[in-house]
Amino acid sequence: MINLQEVIETNKMIEQENLDVRTITMGISLLDCADHDLKVTCDKIYKKITTLARDLVQTGEDIAKEFGIPIVNKRISITPISLVGGACCRIPGDYVQIAKTLDRAAKDVGVNILGGYSAIVSKGMTQSDELLIRSIPMALAATERICSSVNVGSTKTGINMDAVRLMGDIIRQTAEATKDRDSVGCTKLVVLCNAPDDNPFMAGAFHGVSEADAIINVGVSGPGVVKYALEQMDESIARKNRSAQGLANFELLCETIKRTAFKITRVGQLVAQEASRRLGVPFGIIDLSLAPTPAIGDSVADILKCIGVEHPGAPGTTAALAMLNDQVKKGGVMASSYVGGLSGAFIPVSEDQGMIDAVEAGALTIEKLEAMTCVCSVGLDMIAIPGDTPATTIAGIIADESAIGMVNQKTTAVRIIPVIGKNVGDTVEYGGLFGHAPIMPVNTFSSQRFVDRGGRIPAPIHSFKN
Amino acid sequence: MTRAIITVVGKDTVGIIAKVCTYLADNQINILDISQTIVQEFFNMMMIVDLTKSVKAFDQISSELDKIGKDTGVQVKCQLEDIFDKMHRI
Repeated sequence: MINLQEVIETNKMIEQENLDVRTITMGISLLDCADHDLKVTCDKIYKKITTLARDLVQTGEDIAKEFGIPIVNKRISITPISLVGGACCRIPGDYVQIAKTLDRAAKDVGVNILGGYSAIVSKGMTQSDELLIRSIPMALAATERICSSVNVGSTKTGINMDAVRLMGDIIRQTAEATKDRDSVGCTKLVVLCNAPDDNPFMAGAFHGVSEADAIINVGVSGPGVVKYALEQMDESIARKNRSAQGLANFELLCETIKRTAFKITRVGQLVAQEASRRLGVPFGIIDLSLAPTPAIGDSVADILKCIGVEHPGAPGTTAALAMLNDQVKKGGVMASSYVGGLSGAFIPVSEDQGMIDAVEAGALTIEKLEAMTCVCSVGLDMIAIPGDTPATTIAGIIADESAIGMVNQKTTAVRIIPVIGKNVGDTVEYGGLFGHAPIMPVNTFSSQRFVDRGGRIPAPIHSFKN
Repeated sequence: MTRAIITVVGKDTVGIIAKVCTYLADNQINILDISQTIVQEFFNMMMIVDLTKSVKAFDQISSELDKIGKDTGVQVKCQLEDIFDKMHRI
């Protein structure tokens, strides 16, 4: 039988260490909504989403109340919309109509974000993909709750450099289209390499074509819990040695992270199974992630500091992050029947107070963040850069991240925000989960000739496994 | 059997267990186990209860217990047992 200490431990994680389930995301296939008529397509999409996800928010709230665990977000991911709108969209404006329909459906079922305004163009672009991509700036300016993603490469296909080049322009245009709101459109747009089909986290969530008609994916979190466990570890060693400071060795450190990740993930597994049962929708995966928020004590950067670097960015940061990421997976995998999505530690800048502090202290640069993305989940995330950064430089950054993903057989992503009218020294405030960010300097030497070549970079040799 | 865990946390107060137990008895909720301890000067108590014969729905029990807690100046929470089981048992 459960004992009092265990109950106190769980509730302390929830109440004092920000343990929560970050998102229940319902994946919905919209493939059967495709029609040659735009209005019919929009009507079918609206009906399918509002029918399947009708009870999603209420169910999430019920589960949260009954188990006493906050479930922060209830979200929806959909089939990459370029696959659905191909038959009926002739101009980018047609896709914007679909975006507005999706926004209305998301609002009416009460979810805060819907992801999947997406195209998968890792090898080539269809006409429909390109129309969709060109509609992104307008769509993100005209909607509130829609997130967009474009997958420009994979280990199996190589990198579509035409798409990379185009995305440099699209990010700039999105920034321009929302410049009256500090280019907020770019916070909802991510460029990916090796994008997973079952990611529940935004902005990169979409419901891949390999998935069932509807599915429940859950993203867990809890950086505060890991940090607290590590602090306790060091303190207990200090007490044992009767010294002011204790330093647990890596073996102990890793064991502690694994044990904590296991506990966090078990809660996610429970919530996912319950949500799946109550909604009558199959359980897909748990995404084992440490996802920070701007709240104090909910920071991945703080874990890195606890492991021993003064600020993220100091030498040793990449190794500390690699270890953290690996232990989170090792602990989490055993706690869940199906693991997928991005699974790892997220290192967004604006959404993590410790990262913001590191940038402001001068410890963390984009180049170091790039190195860190080699060993953790995802990539350059929520980074504000000067508004006059050229599209070709942004494309160069995307190409670099995609190469890291392609060669290391992992997901990488770029979500950067060229904040129009702002420069290094300024900051930008988005509020809520998106947080605030100091504008970070970008290398100003040109990448133009490189990204203007066109074509694609072939798949790496180790992708040929047959 | 639907089992839940009720926790009471706060400064030690006269009659708090009595109030919670009376409420449970009035609603046909059976107490299976009780334990308590003092952590950092705070009174911590937990009860494992059986909700099978409860006359009220979980949601109502949870809000009413919360109110009893607020009226007495302590925190009373009611959670389904599964969350603790999942986290601490393999």
